[in-house]
Amino acid sequence: MKYYIDLHIHSSLSPCAENDMTPNNIVKMAVIKGLDIIAVTDHNSVENAEAVLKCAEKAGILAVPGMELETREEVHVVCLFPDIEKAMKMQDVVYKAMPPLENREDIFGEQIIVDENDNIRKKLKRMLLIAADIGLEEAFHIIEKLNGAMIPAHIDRDSYSIISNLGMVPNEISINCLEVSRVCDLDKYLETNPQLKKFRVIKSSDAHNLGDILERETFIELDKKDIICLINRLKYNK
Amino acid sequence: MRVLTGDKGLEREITGVYVCDLLSWVMSHANKGDAWITVQTHLNTVAVAVLLEIPCIIVPEGIKVEEATIKKASEENIVVLSSEMSAYEICWRAHEILH
Repeated sequence: MKYYIDLHIHSSLSPCAENDMTPNNIVKMAVIKGLDIIAVTDHNSVENAEAVLKCAEKAGILAVPGMELETREEVHVVCLFPDIEKAMKMQDVVYKAMPPLENREDIFGEQIIVDENDNIRKKLKRMLLIAADIGLEEAFHIIEKLNGAMIPAHIDRDSYSIISNLGMVPNEISINCLEVSRVCDLDKYLETNPQLKKFRVIKSSDAHNLGDILERETFIELDKKDIICLINRLKYNK
Repeated sequence: MRVLTGDKGLEREITGVYVCDLLSWVMSHANKGDAWITVQTHLNTVAVAVLLEIPCIIVPEGIKVEEATIKKASEENIVVLSSEMSAYEICWRAHEILH
């Protein structure tokens, strides 16, 4: 079956996202837009993932626990995990590898952790908008061990992209899927970058506000609407 | 300045210096024969150096370089140098030597 996806959405936990990116608002907007599967992927953190999963379950869509990791090379990768426990393990590793800086709300914005009823639980103090001291390959192997999938994010952008920062996708990691940004003309992009045609290239929104969440634009064929199925399809194309 | 890659490639001639950390930018702007100063230590730096015929990568500020990168650079006859100096200080010294 075809399932419409948006696998890169920021919640109010990301300092750069709007504060109304709460679990209920995100899930309701995804339902209105006709999406089947979403992933909330905040910067270097998964602290709002559980609330989003609970909301999504009630609304009948599938949410995947995820994170947008910034590696040592300042490459952004979307990481998707089979369950909350695995996602939390990744968060432990990432938090340990981040410099202990405090967020400056006046410059970067607030980092709000909410529950499944959109009530504010707390504001996260540690600064999330920074590279973790984990190399790209190391991150890939950690995510593999957690049975997750790694998708290099917005590869068409000039910043924080695997292509801009590292020139190419390294052969040393077996990546099958890449992400382009919402504004990318995918056909045109692949014409000018034919070496990327061997990858599955998906479009995600990288939404920081509700309006930017994708319409029914990107779909994936799966046997059933299931996280493991999705991860396997993205990783191995099977 | 410390050589991380052994004796191979030390005789190669350097004709210029290029400084940048974005590998896609380096790929489109650096010249053959440049010594390349970068804080990137990822394996892909070696691929870029091979592609552009860059004989030497200089890593500033004592940044640790991955074993895989050093090994690959040795195989490809590319010299990786490590320095405690900043990129600016290395450029300053290079300018004195090259001009």
